Amino acid sequence: DDKLLTEPLSHPDFFSVKELFTLKDLFDARVHLGHKKGCRHRFMEPYIFGCRLDQDIIDLDQTMQHLQLALNFTAHVAYRGGIILFVSRKRQFCHLVESTARACGEYAHTRYWQGGLLTNTRVQFGPGVRLPDLLIFLSTLNNVFEPHVAIRDAAKMSIPTVGVVDTNCNPCLITYPVPGNDDTPAAVELYCKLFRMTIIRAKDKRRQSEAVEELR
Amino acid sequence: TLRLICTTTAVQRKNVGASGPEKYTEAFIKKQIEEFNLGKRHLANMMGEDPETFTQEDIDRAIAYLFPSGLFDKQARPMMKHPTEVFPEQRKIQWGEDGRPFHFLFYTGKQSYYSLMHETYEKLLNVQKHQDQLTAQDLPLQKEKRNLAGSRWLTKIELEEMLLEKLSDDDYSRFIQLLQKLVALPCADIEENYIQKFSKEVPVQLQKVVIEPLQYDEQGVAFSTGEGKRKTARATAVVYDNGTGKITVNGIDVLHYFPVLQDREQLLFPFQFLGRIGKHDVVCTVSGGGRSAQAGAIRLASAKALRSFVTEEEVEFMRQAGLLTVDPRVKERKKPGQEGPRRKFTWKKR
Repeated sequence: DDKLLTEPLSHPDFFSVKELFTLKDLFDARVHLGHKKGCRHRFMEPYIFGCRLDQDIIDLDQTMQHLQLALNFTAHVAYRGGIILFVSRKRQFCHLVESTARACGEYAHTRYWQGGLLTNTRVQFGPGVRLPDLLIFLSTLNNVFEPHVAIRDAAKMSIPTVGVVDTNCNPCLITYPVPGNDDTPAAVELYCKLFRMTIIRAKDKRRQSEAVEELR
Repeated sequence: TLRLICTTTAVQRKNVGASGPEKYTEAFIKKQIEEFNLGKRHLANMMGEDPETFTQEDIDRAIAYLFPSGLFDKQARPMMKHPTEVFPEQRKIQWGEDGRPFHFLFYTGKQSYYSLMHETYEKLLNVQKHQDQLTAQDLPLQKEKRNLAGSRWLTKIELEEMLLEKLSDDDYSRFIQLLQKLVALPCADIEENYIQKFSKEVPVQLQKVVIEPLQYDEQGVAFSTGEGKRKTARATAVVYDNGTGKITVNGIDVLHYFPVLQDREQLLFPFQFLGRIGKHDVVCTVSGGGRSAQAGAIRLASAKALRSFVTEEEVEFMRQAGLLTVDPRVKERKKPGQEGPRRKFTWKKR
């Protein structure tokens, strides 16, 4: 059992996450497109490559690195049987995100976030609920263009977060930010596909390793 | 390194009220059912009856015999019922042994409502896709008008019962709007099964008043009966055809029963309205009320009986004249602090 858990940690890329996507895929899905210069957030300046005709372009090399780290982390969490919660408050992609979560066998929350969901679980649900072990944000802003409450709550409850941050978002409290476009359908479909593939891969690997251990 | 947290015993005490109503696990309910069945057999043995054919009524009788109780409230008396009736139908604990919840929308708080919205939206997308396919093949979109008059959507309470979850008015209205949007699309016939789960048949409320056909007695004379009431008087009238205009009330001639002209005018009004004064005979019985009330009751009864002799247009005329409407006026009650229903006591300045 110990061997199952320590073995993936010895390799830098145990789940071969780098093969899932290329720079060209990110470019074709229009991930590099940001918002206009006036919407730019101060803390996103390191991730921005440049500005063309007032529109910010995100640096895809940095996005590649951050996305690899994020996918690797989600794969490890899924391998250890952790609960993953997909959060997005974009009404356009609500259905897509929920279907992705269902396909992975994980959980989603794309509706109105009630205040005490993470911080007041005993009152919201019953006693003895297990909290999510990872939060994945497909869009860190809520419908009023403010940072989503779940980022702050996850930081309070020491839950790691992975989030797609656009040029108008605040990447501060997110553990694995992924600078990229969160408004285009093509980009969001790409992210959903990548997360779904990593989680399914990690879970399959876990089942295979357990089967191998059983045989011994 | 562990930080020592010093708290009082008061804080460590469990807040019983905050956890909400008790949730029962499936295993608990199963155990209760087994215990109930075992107890049923024991009870049958005690009463000397056959354990195999011991019904719920026998159980109730046995318990009432063994534990007689004089308490007034029936629910306070000892009872032995099947656990599904005792423990309310509610959501059992939502997560498995490893702590992972069963439903993928568990962390939203209202999992059944949001999963319902998710499914309905999926049906909507399906219908739109189907529509696009049909337009791509240049086929006509079917437009059979769905019968909206005879059906209504589920009410909020019925939906709450279906989902076993509390809803807010806003949630309910959003769900209904989504359903209406789905129904408004041309190709919504594909998802007819799904939509029917949320619509109910409304029985047609309007009932056409049935006018009874004429009956014929031994001589072959056509007659018809009608009932009427006014204040506390109840009357039944039988109107005969080929008559001379004779009216008999409780076996007594009308001139002797109603000496006042006004009452006799009231009786004649329906016939005068239709122009059939000397053509019909009336035999009626009346009880209760006073002079005027009995006259009004007989008037209504004879008007109702005349409907069978007359065309539908004239029936409509009678209705508009007020001959077929029951007069709702009754004596108003006296109120305390006043002398009558409206009259107040005399006001004295000093």
